[in-house]
Amino acid sequence: MSELRTSAEIGGMGHSVKRKEDPRFIRGKGTYVDDIIRPGMLYMDIVRSPYAHAKIKSINSEKALAHPGVAAVITGETLKEYNLHWMPTLMSDTQMVLPTDEVMYQAQEVAAVIATSRYAAADGVELVEVDYEPLPVLVDPFKALEPGAPVLRHDKEGQKDNLIWHWEAGDRDATAKAFESADVTIKQDIYIPRITVASIETCGIVAEFDSVEGQLTCWMTSQAPHAHRTVFAMVAGHVGLSEEKIRIISPDLGGGFGGKVPIYPGYVIAIAATVVTGAPIKWIEDRRENMQADSFGRDYHMTAELAADKDGTMKALRIKTIADHGYTDAATQPSKWPAGLFSICTGSYPFENAFVEVDGVYTNKPPGGIAYRCSFRVTEAVHAIERLVDILADEIDMDPAELRLKNFIPKEAFPYKSVLGWEYDSGDYAGALNLAMKRIGYADLLKEQKEKRAKGELMGIGISSFTEVVGAGNSRDFDILGLKMFDSAEIRVHPTGKVICRIGVQTQGQGHETTFGQIVAEELGIPIADIKVEHGDTDTAPYGLGTYASRSTPVAGAATAVASRKIRDKARKIAAYLLEVGEDDLEWEPGKFFVKGVPDKFKTIQDVAFAAYTNFPEGMEAGLEAVSYYDPPNMTYPFGSYICVVDVDGKTGEVKVRRFMAVDDCGNIINPMIVEGQIHGGLTMGLAPALFEEISYDEEGNIRGGSFMDYLMPTAMETPKWETDKTTTPSPHHPLGAKGVGESATVGAPAAIVNAVVDALSHLGVRHLEIPMTPERVWQAIRSATQAGNGS
Amino acid sequence: MATQEISITVNGTTHTSEVEPRLLLVHFIRENLGLTGTHIGCDTTHCGACTVMLDGTAVKSCTVFSVQANGKEITTIEGMTKNGELHPLQAGFMEKHGLQCGFCTPGMIMSSHALLQKNPHPSEEEIRWGISGNLCRCTGYVNIVKAVQYAADNL
Ligand code: FES
Ligand code: FES
Repeated sequence: MSELRTSAEIGGMGHSVKRKEDPRFIRGKGTYVDDIIRPGMLYMDIVRSPYAHAKIKSINSEKALAHPGVAAVITGETLKEYNLHWMPTLMSDTQMVLPTDEVMYQAQEVAAVIATSRYAAADGVELVEVDYEPLPVLVDPFKALEPGAPVLRHDKEGQKDNLIWHWEAGDRDATAKAFESADVTIKQDIYIPRITVASIETCGIVAEFDSVEGQLTCWMTSQAPHAHRTVFAMVAGHVGLSEEKIRIISPDLGGGFGGKVPIYPGYVIAIAATVVTGAPIKWIEDRRENMQADSFGRDYHMTAELAADKDGTMKALRIKTIADHGYTDAATQPSKWPAGLFSICTGSYPFENAFVEVDGVYTNKPPGGIAYRCSFRVTEAVHAIERLVDILADEIDMDPAELRLKNFIPKEAFPYKSVLGWEYDSGDYAGALNLAMKRIGYADLLKEQKEKRAKGELMGIGISSFTEVVGAGNSRDFDILGLKMFDSAEIRVHPTGKVICRIGVQTQGQGHETTFGQIVAEELGIPIADIKVEHGDTDTAPYGLGTYASRSTPVAGAATAVASRKIRDKARKIAAYLLEVGEDDLEWEPGKFFVKGVPDKFKTIQDVAFAAYTNFPEGMEAGLEAVSYYDPPNMTYPFGSYICVVDVDGKTGEVKVRRFMAVDDCGNIINPMIVEGQIHGGLTMGLAPALFEEISYDEEGNIRGGSFMDYLMPTAMETPKWETDKTTTPSPHHPLGAKGVGESATVGAPAAIVNAVVDALSHLGVRHLEIPMTPERVWQAIRSATQAGNGS
Repeated sequence: MATQEISITVNGTTHTSEVEPRLLLVHFIRENLGLTGTHIGCDTTHCGACTVMLDGTAVKSCTVFSVQANGKEITTIEGMTKNGELHPLQAGFMEKHGLQCGFCTPGMIMSSHALLQKNPHPSEEEIRWGISGNLCRCTGYVNIVKAVQYAADNL
């Protein structure tokens, strides 16, 4: 979108409006869950298992209960009385809230201590005596699949092994045939390790039960308050907690990135505790708990293959994956896609044949499978395809940029139906890559690399041209526990022309109070200063499925535009009445209706708003408001091309990202400043797993490192000076032509960084590197390559 | 547990309280004084969300006992706005989009404040080094650096 339709003062689409939420944050006046204090509030702390798999022989709470300040100890047995010791997961599996006889992963919740202060609760945790009998541990998903492996989920009737599900897409036989007849085939094992979102704010809840009204209020770190309320009602309806008696308030959230979509046992225990004790309960997990027990991301073991002609024309793609889902399938993704949107793995290329399959596996690890800032499984898909493209380029000795440009789905081919069945809405992949190459000076970099290689220096250039699929969803394909993934907006224009807009999605830092206001400003011409956006309170916001998978702008943003347009339609009727002309005689420009050809005969939207309450046509209802529950016709497909330049220290294996050029296309942009900020943040969250972050376990299921001491998050020192640019290819089916951008950079960046590091070492014979590319891993690769005699 | 009397001046107001010796300064500030702008992201001195100024030096208040601050002066984020005027750092973060979820922001502002007091005209590298004890998961730091530069230019 090149032309701005509104003035800076109105602040519609395309303006870098300063964020409306910032004034409170920069003064320390935000309200995060841990800031909530209720009269008589008690604190909860959790006893966690030191073992990854053990029988619980007994739990003795006596000493804890005798400690000053300790009010109660809650165990699985306590919850069992109410039949609340198990709960369903968002993937229709089952999960213990508190165990009655067995723990299944290290740091699993075993009991909860309720006390008058944080410190007393922590003291109580130390005093709860649990007698465990360790059991054999299964941490390797391949071993878990071996015949004869102990069945972990013996609680599940009919479960005879550790396979959760098998999922596949595409044509297995046709793909196999294409591989048999291809000139060139390549094959690569790729592991995308387990990682955690580690938002700086951990998870927590303040739960308060009013026993007189039977009303439960929860302030909680929730990316999906409505869905969570429904799940709570489904779980606890039998003890009187029906949906209208539950209010979830998700106040300011200190980051989410997918980690605040799952329902953690801690929330449920706190709710049980407020009902049992009659006091408000606060539970805020600490960083160790957050890293050890919250849902993880990734953990995909892939075997990826690509078939092509000698000239580089890509023909067929095949990927087999083992997905480690831990002890229960608590993944947060649409129910119909057990492997999420992994089937976008054909990427930006027009494959004729493809086949992808995933086996979900139970192991003794924390449950989950969240997206870590991506659309369910798109990061894994992009990683696989963009690595394969580079390996192919190496194999046939072609420049990776040239290979991509040769193969891209051409821009005339959109809407494009991929071989795995997705309909890409719009795209111009070559446009993005050409711009990125120009901005970074690709040709010069190639020259520089040649010179450096001659001197024995290691420099690499890596490209990732990704296509994303966001905006879950449409009700045909997407649901969570049966809840269709629409989203909503409810807009009221008050008599003086001021607006309140309530949305079904919930911000975790994306700036919704600003961008959703801008959508209304764009559509109605009402100044952004006059528009208040609210979200996150199930008592006031319309039902929505929440913010994750970049679905806010594609779905709730569309709902906001549609609701605004409904208001405009009614406003037109009122304006026609006020101006005493027919509706068709009116022309609209943002902020006013004027009589065609008579520009000084007009009514502003504010005039109309006042009239909607004071002077409206007979037979019309008063008021100026509208609701939209938007069910998108299709997903949106943002894309981009990233080019990364690295220098590798041959002696230490240290990787330095010298430059990183990101060209993104997310369709029409609502707030360029916010979009750029999202890309910076996303790139940093893409850099992190490529170079630093990983959660791994030893044979006994002990987490290796579970704090910021050993889980390496990039600081300002490791983070490059991101360079960004954009192309604009609007989505044809979105009311605003927007596509969503929050996770693109996280999805696209890792492959570019890996491709760059492999490129730096490729002349030594290195063809692939696993992430995170720690100095040790890179150094080992250099050493084995040079020892194999490939030294230059 | 035995308690101890402490007297701490926070943002210009002196507070005298009886506290357990093990009470962390961050909990004293947040819970005893109700100043919730100072956040907790890790309690192991890694994230910097809890950074405050203690007698003119930036400290991570999750690893200071409140008794250690007895008799000292503390500035928290709430003390940065004077007579309704934003501190240039606060203005800079807003102006340059140096925050997203805002959770790390108070700590970032306090660390940057300490940096600018020592070095009023830091280079980009010095700014990056100066905030390297503060983690931000949202912004990617580029705009935080710009926010600090903005403040340096406007102080
Ligand atoms: S909470 Fe103090 S450094 Fe993280
Ligand atoms: S703005 Fe969210 S952690 Fe920094």
